[in-house]
Order: sequence, then C-alpha cells, then structure tokens
Amino acid sequence: MIKTFDVAAIRKDFPIFETGIAYLDSANTSQRPRQVTAAMLEYFERFNANIHRAAYSIAEEATQRYEGTREKVRDLIHAASTREIIYTRGTTEAINLVAYAWGRKHIKRGDLIVLTLLDHHSNIVPWQILAAETGARIEYVDIDERGELRLDQFAALLKHEPRLVAFNLISNALGTVNPAAEMAAQAKAAGATVLIDGAQSTPHQPVDVGALGCDFYAFSGHKMLGPTGAGILYGRRELLEQMDPFMSGGDMIKTVRVEGTTYSDLPWKFEAGTQAIAEVIGLGAAVDYLTGLGLDAVRAHEREITEYAYEALGEIGGLTLYGPPPSRRAGVISFSLEGIHPHDLATIADRDKVCLRAGHHCAMPLMTRLGVAATARASFYIYTQRDEVDRLVSSIKEAQRIFK
Amino acid sequence: MSTANTPADDHFYREYILDHYKNPRNFGRLEHPDISHEEDNPLCGDVIGMDFRIANGVIEDIRFHGRGCAISQASASLLTERLKGLPLEDAKKISKADVLGELGIQISPARIKCALLSLKVLKVGAYGLANDEDEE
Repeated sequence: MIKTFDVAAIRKDFPIFETGIAYLDSANTSQRPRQVTAAMLEYFERFNANIHRAAYSIAEEATQRYEGTREKVRDLIHAASTREIIYTRGTTEAINLVAYAWGRKHIKRGDLIVLTLLDHHSNIVPWQILAAETGARIEYVDIDERGELRLDQFAALLKHEPRLVAFNLISNALGTVNPAAEMAAQAKAAGATVLIDGAQSTPHQPVDVGALGCDFYAFSGHKMLGPTGAGILYGRRELLEQMDPFMSGGDMIKTVRVEGTTYSDLPWKFEAGTQAIAEVIGLGAAVDYLTGLGLDAVRAHEREITEYAYEALGEIGGLTLYGPPPSRRAGVISFSLEGIHPHDLATIADRDKVCLRAGHHCAMPLMTRLGVAATARASFYIYTQRDEVDRLVSSIKEAQRIFK
Repeated sequence: MSTANTPADDHFYREYILDHYKNPRNFGRLEHPDISHEEDNPLCGDVIGMDFRIANGVIEDIRFHGRGCAISQASASLLTERLKGLPLEDAKKISKADVLGELGIQISPARIKCALLSLKVLKVGAYGLANDEDEE
C-alpha cells in the first residue's frame, strides 16, 4: 500500500500560503518549503565559503553539503554513480550542455534528430541551432486527438536511423505522460542516443534512469521545491567521459600550463567557475523533503487532485479541455473558454488570488498544432488542495459572467 | 477620463472595454490601403493589423483586424476611433500614456504589451509610410 501524507499539514511548511493565494502554476515553478530556504540560509549564515578550494573548516562544510546533494540526487533518480550527476542552472542549461558538448562532436551533416510536438522550447531550440550549424535535419513526432504521441510515426522515423532522439517524459503544456522507457528502448535499438527532458516528471513521480534506458536526463530544481538556479544533467558515464567541457575556466581543471590544460574528472569537468552553492544545498533539502513524502505518494495525491479538477472543469459549459484523460496524464490541465482569452481569464482569476498560467507554455509548435494561440493552464503539486480548484472554478464562472 | 483604481480593481473589465471587445469599431480590412501593417505579441498570441487610407496627409479611413485578449482588441478599437480623420503627423504623436488613458483602467505590467500592441502597429506603420515617401 502506498503511504499518504496530510496535505493540510505539509502546507504549513510553505509560508507563502499564508498570503491566501491559490497556487495553480507548479508546472511553471513550485513553491518552496521552509526546510529548503532554511538550508540555504544556514549556508549563508553559518558556513558561507567557496567549495573545492580552501582548507579551513567552513569551506569543508560547504563542500560536503554541496557534494552531499549529488548523492541525494543520484539516489532520487537511481543513477549508477554520482559521477553521472552534473549540476547545471536548470533543464535548459543541461540540454544546451548536451547540444554543445555532445552534439557538436557527434551530429554531422545530414544526420537526423527526432523531437516531438510535445517538447518544450528548451528541448527544441538548442537542437535547431545545432542542426543549422551542422546541416543536420529535425523531424517532429506528431500527436493524436488525445494529445498523445503518434507512436506509429515515431517507429517510422526510427527506420531512418536518427543520431539523436529527444523528448519529454511529461508534457508541460498538456500533462501527457509519454511511454518513455518504451520509446527509449526503440530509439536505442535504432542506434540513437536518447535524451529525456525530465523537468515535469522528476518532481512528480519516481524516476529510474536505468529503467528508462536513456543516455541523458535533464531536470530543474525549482519545479521540485528547490530554488531557481540549480538543476541536473544526468549522463551515462561513458558518454560524459568522451565529451569535452561545455564551459571552461576555474575548478574544472586538473592542471593548467601555458602549453595546455588537463580537465578534471567527472562530474567536475562540466562545472566551471564558482557554482550556485546555496542553490545546490537548497536542492538537496528539496530532495530530502520529496523523498520523505515518497514519490509514489506524491503521484497518488496529484492523480487524485487532477481527477477532481478534470471533473470540475469538465462540467463548465463553453470550456474545452486539451490532452488525455486524467488516468493518462500528470497534474497539468490545459483548457480554453469560448469567447474569453486565457489572459483575460488569468487577470480575473488573479483578482481572486488564483495563480493561473495563460500563454503558449513555451510550446509554440504544440499550440500551432492544436490550432490555438494560447491556453489557460492549471497545474498541481503536493500542496494543492480541492479548495484551490474550487476557487479556480469560481473565477472561471466570474469570467463567464463578465464576458457573457 | 476617470480611471478605476480601487484596490481590487473591480472595474478592470468595464462595460465599454467589453463593448469594444465584443463589438469592435472599424473592424475588418480596407481594399487598397495606403498603409497596412501587422504586429503580434508572441507571448500571448495576440495579433493586430491596421489598414489606413491616407488623403492629403489625413487618415481618411481605417480598419483593424486581429485576435487576442479583451485589452488588446478594445485598445485597438478605441485607437481606430481616435485616428479616423486625424492628420498622420498628429497620429504619430499619440503616446503610450494617451492610449492607456483612453483605456481608463489600471493595466498590470504583465498586460501593458496587450494594451500597447495597437499603438505599435500605428507607429511602425505610420513611420514606414513616411520613409517610403522620402524615397520617392
């Protein structure tokens, strides 16, 4: 049996809820519990020092806490070694790191890169730039009416032996949960290197990069209770070993002579310059918080609130829901209202202190495919309660009253 | 014009804003316009285009088209009312403050771009024509 947690109790760890907001934008960025900010504050106030350099004890403490997050993250995503866990600023930087350090070495003219229409711009634009530079080409896997990937088309594209296949595990715009392990296995069998964008999956469900079978896996700390500015690139060790540095400078070297430089071992080869130490320590506290709740319990709670919201929104006249049914999606619901632009709805919701996202969700190719310029989006997390969904429903009805 | 500045901003979607949104004035296209220009706000997908007919330096006729939120569409509708019959040189002088004042509501920083999209269309369109004339 999956353990559960008391939502009302954990909300007390999030001081921001004292402001009275209904926060329905966690797919954008999550809120952060006191435990995370306290860990960061402790660094600033008790052992603020640079890492990997100094011999005094607070620098030792800072280094240990910074490196300690690496083991917590390794355990969270079940990587084989902490050497495969590279700190980045977030998902975007992680994918860019791969596009530069791996892509520029391995992608050649005429090579095929396979992406999907569900991808976030951060998993599209770096590959477009790489393709423009190298003369590679990109194909996108289409979606069906339910907002799920066309796996038949995916299989057909694999016959053209792509060099790289990159996709997200969960769509940030529709909440679609892609069959990532199956897709990765097929892509690997076709000889491709596989990158999975885990920005929307890591915060919300158990992740095992070995079971997923991917070569790279990227995610952000700020969507999983951590601060902004700290994210992760997981890479299979043998691939990372072959890659040259992305950024270069201090701390990523073994020796620098005027004739040349030898680089640090993994993972530090990819961590040039003074790092986001407080943020990484905060991310460690966030991982502790999530694993304390249990990722199975997190997913179960979100499933429950998503079903509740899907039903409540589905009963509203003139409201169109996008994406798959709740049993096949994560805690993200995109929708539109007849005659009311999403931005107008968001403004009206804001008057009721309901934080709702409106826009293209950094997924413009998907919006184009859906034939809309923008949608409204509600997304949920560990602290979301039914009352917040009810407040959204009230705001929608208020908007419909105003615009009738 | 008085502006709504109650804390809750209850009048954000005032009757006349909604009226301009639902029944936009000067909506459509002109045949053979002297100026035609379109701008979009990729962030929210708003699009506004304007067609102008100019005679003796005066905006003789104007139409706008596009899609988007109530703020961007009402703002465009209000602007076309103001522009019709106005010398182009005067139209160029219309400021952001003029447009926001005409809307008469408090616009949050996130929505300023919606409110000013039509002004951008006017400015870029009007100056584009001026450049063409200089070349002739």
